[in-house]
Amino acid sequence: MKTYPVEIRLNGELLRTEVAAHETLLDVLRKKLGAKEVKSGCAKGDCGACAVLLDGKAVNACLVLAVQASGSEVVTVRGIGTEDHPHPLQESFVRHGAIQCGYCTPGMIVSAKALLDRNPDPTREEIREGISGNLCRCTGFKKIVEAIQSTAKSKQ
Amino acid sequence: MIPIEYLAPKTLDRLLEDLKGMAGQVKFVAGCTNVIPDLRARTVSPKFLVNLQGLEGMSGITEEKNALSIGALTTMTELAGSPVIRAWAPALASAAHQMGNPLVRNRATLGGNLADASPAADSAPPLLSLEAVIHTLGPGGVNREIPVDRFFEGPHRTVLAGEEILTRVTIPKPKDPSRSAYIKLGLRNASAISVVSIALLLELEGAICRKARVALGSVAPTPTRAYGVEKALEGKKIDEAIKDACADMIKGEISPISDIRASADYRRWTASVLFQRAIQQAMEGGRA
Repeated sequence: MKTYPVEIRLNGELLRTEVAAHETLLDVLRKKLGAKEVKSGCAKGDCGACAVLLDGKAVNACLVLAVQASGSEVVTVRGIGTEDHPHPLQESFVRHGAIQCGYCTPGMIVSAKALLDRNPDPTREEIREGISGNLCRCTGFKKIVEAIQSTAKSKQ
Repeated sequence: MIPIEYLAPKTLDRLLEDLKGMAGQVKFVAGCTNVIPDLRARTVSPKFLVNLQGLEGMSGITEEKNALSIGALTTMTELAGSPVIRAWAPALASAAHQMGNPLVRNRATLGGNLADASPAADSAPPLLSLEAVIHTLGPGGVNREIPVDRFFEGPHRTVLAGEEILTRVTIPKPKDPSRSAYIKLGLRNASAISVVSIALLLELEGAICRKARVALGSVAPTPTRAYGVEKALEGKKIDEAIKDACADMIKGEISPISDIRASADYRRWTASVLFQRAIQQAMEGGRA
């Protein structure tokens, strides 16, 4: 099968690999670039578990061809904050118990980060809209919304 | 899966060159929000994926004297947030904002939404109500301009030839963009495929309706205009009697199917109710 060279800046680190035309960014991040923090849920754009920032915009990694992402910057939840240096959003999710099984959390944090980047002081309704592409099957939305709201500018 | 080759031409000349000898084997891609699920479901199996995203001159929104021009690669997020679109085509901005969810809207393009030709394509009813024109480029560099009401042929079928691409959409500026409405009924607010959607645009002279454009989604094999209702409204004073008559008439102008989202009967009644709400909004100066 024909492959194509791909160069992606993943959480600040420039990585190179070879991909087939049909491979998705999600598969390549997890299987070839070791980014297991990006979760695979529905793999067809319904659940948001695989959300990453692609050149600053929140997208479903399962709906991007890896070859299309060549030359781009990808930020995953790990690039937003680590265990040693968590982002305020991540701290807030923990504090509010906005993590149940945890599977949706990486995508939720990515969507929440994208929302706060463009709207630092969102209303409750704007937060609900901002994470409307992310499903929490534990249905813990109330605490997720509260966690995001408490990191909004007016709450600091 | 058959091996697929990938091309990403940077210029239209290069694209036309690349397409020679690929007849019938190409799938064009941009945002990929439809194409990747289609590839996975094996509903398409092209030999070549041709990425249009790098093509120059196919992105962005320009305001001209009498029209708006929207590049095919413009995303739903861009459409929803554009001051020009919000001012001149609020129904389109509203439809773009309600399409999919934020993650999808950051990728999905206007060109893709139209070329995919779902009967539920969110951008289609507003563009039908605005009498938009679709601009294409085909093999040999042939350009075509296709009025949007002649673009769709059936579910996921358009008049586009195999290796013809959609380059941009132009919209003549309406006389009074505030006299418009867009309403989408889905089974939930986010990530919903419409059960019925409606877009409406009026031109009023005092109390008299000079021009009416009424378009619906998810009620026929293609997004469709309700020509009979438009005719019935034009030249009339918009009062309760004409609204009721048209709300009844619209049920006969559509041919919905029963599917997983709703029955045909439900769609007929819903189209009628949404028409009443849409014309009310447009008469009040639009809140689309």
